Amino acid sequence: MNLATLSASYLRARPLQTGLGVLLLALGVGTIVGALLVVSQLESRMGRDARGIDLVVGAKGSPMQLILSGIYQLDAPTGNIPLASAQTLAKNPLVKKAMPLALGDAWRGFRIVGAGREYLEHYGAELAAGRHYGKSMEAVLGADVARRTGARVGSRFVGAHGVAGEGEEHTESPYTVVGVLAPTGSVLDRLVLTPIESVWDVHHHEEKEHQAGHEGREKAEDEDREVTVLLVQYASPLAAATLPRAINSKSELQAASPAFEMARLFRIVGTGLEALRAFAAVLILAAGLSVFIALYTELEERRYDLAVMRTLGASPARLFGLLFFEGLLLALLGALGGVLLGHVVAAGLGVWLAAAEQPAVSGLAFRVEEVWIVAAALAVGAVAALLPAWRAYRTDVSRTLAQG
Amino acid sequence: MIQVEGLEQRYGGEVVLCVPRWQIAAGEQWLVLGPSGCGKSTLLHVLAGLQRPSAGMVSVFGKDLIATPQAQIDHWRGANVGIVLQALHLVAHLSVRGNLRLAQYLARAPQDDAAVGRALEALGVADKAGRRPAELSQGERQRVAIARAVVNGPKLLLADEPTASLDDASADAAIGLLFAQAQRSGATLVVATHDARVKRHFDKRLDLSP
Repeated sequence: MNLATLSASYLRARPLQTGLGVLLLALGVGTIVGALLVVSQLESRMGRDARGIDLVVGAKGSPMQLILSGIYQLDAPTGNIPLASAQTLAKNPLVKKAMPLALGDAWRGFRIVGAGREYLEHYGAELAAGRHYGKSMEAVLGADVARRTGARVGSRFVGAHGVAGEGEEHTESPYTVVGVLAPTGSVLDRLVLTPIESVWDVHHHEEKEHQAGHEGREKAEDEDREVTVLLVQYASPLAAATLPRAINSKSELQAASPAFEMARLFRIVGTGLEALRAFAAVLILAAGLSVFIALYTELEERRYDLAVMRTLGASPARLFGLLFFEGLLLALLGALGGVLLGHVVAAGLGVWLAAAEQPAVSGLAFRVEEVWIVAAALAVGAVAALLPAWRAYRTDVSRTLAQG
Repeated sequence: MIQVEGLEQRYGGEVVLCVPRWQIAAGEQWLVLGPSGCGKSTLLHVLAGLQRPSAGMVSVFGKDLIATPQAQIDHWRGANVGIVLQALHLVAHLSVRGNLRLAQYLARAPQDDAAVGRALEALGVADKAGRRPAELSQGERQRVAIARAVVNGPKLLLADEPTASLDDASADAAIGLLFAQAQRSGATLVVATHDARVKRHFDKRLDLSP
């Protein structure tokens, strides 16, 4: 027997109060840890996806939507812009790198993105199998796409219209998989990549069918070619001051800054997170109160035990230690349970996000902040145990024993 | 050797216990006699170092219980004094064995299952080691309480009203057990009671009747 086993035996002796305290604390800690894990992972993942991209140029609409669709491939695109405008912009001396993307179709929920090789290189993508695409209707699959669809080099598939693939299938124009990318931990993992020409050809083909008989249409098509977004990297910091304003004021184009929009997004999400954290803090305080009430009300029943322990040689300080350790042990159980719960929540959310073809969140990642959360929970337990422990310290043996 | 000189205990100005002079030689068996409220329990608590008297000198086997710091007395009590309380006060959620181990742990004595087994054996409750106190009869509980008091081999065994609420046969048995256990560990025995039935077992008595 030692302090830990003796304290634990008292906790076991009243499972309901112990369970309630541990549960409240675990819920509070779990909420904070879960939110911390999910948000930090999404933030770092989104930061990685947006790295090196200073500006996203696309059709007029919501700038947030433009960022979400252009960089993260999450939202629907705002529309298309003429290829010529994009090419003009790319030649601007303030632009170091310009990557046009053409969206519009999807395969089994994964977006088909028409892009140049520089888009893949931007994210440091390497081939796990096969080769890079060369000509139209060749496709390279992101790692997640290959894993979840089971497609391999040589597989053929057809895209369906719409970024979610909800529209009709382009059965006339099948793609051929020529390569599979190694995991990059970026948005590429969830994409089907193909030359921009494929996207043009697929829709050109369709239009030709729909408009059969219209002579001279094909030539006009070439001149009307469109892209969905242009991802821009500045040549100098100076560009940030002039380029977005120039684009937004003069043309049918819209420019949005990922840094600015993401800061805005996380400010919005942050308000919700603050509310969640406040709620979790209330839970933890309630847990502290339940620990206090459990120990304090128990004192009445336990005063004979405490008096007997004095007769068996325990000093008042050891009785204080016993009660204090009980509060601490309860808090430790709650805190560890909460950390576990937080990771389970993150893992569960990760599974759910993965099933929805969204950026992955792992339950196995740890953050140093968790140590502080556990320490805070222990502090709550310690504070809650102070007064009961003090009462135990002050037990008047003679008087207590005289009463029974 | 236990020496008490000019012992006085007051509560709010009222003298509840007064023992001008009392000497006990090692190994003796004493009965402290008197009606309820005469200070018998208080005297036992003073001898155990659980309570400091208002005035006087108390020395138990050379330990000055007035001058020694409380923490040292607590430690000393765990190793040297066994106490059997009227209400027994076994720790309800611990097994019989757990109650004896608790005594070893709190006395900072080595946690020795063999000693626990011997104490339970000596009191005939070895087969109850795994039971909770609530599962035992009153007589068995008293045996366990005595076993807990003697498990650390005390030099002084104190018993407060050990026979209250027992029938004649049980009362005789309880006193017999205390004698036997005191003898077994070579302990000095002090029993406080208002129970006249117990008188005939003791030839050394301290009468606190007013």
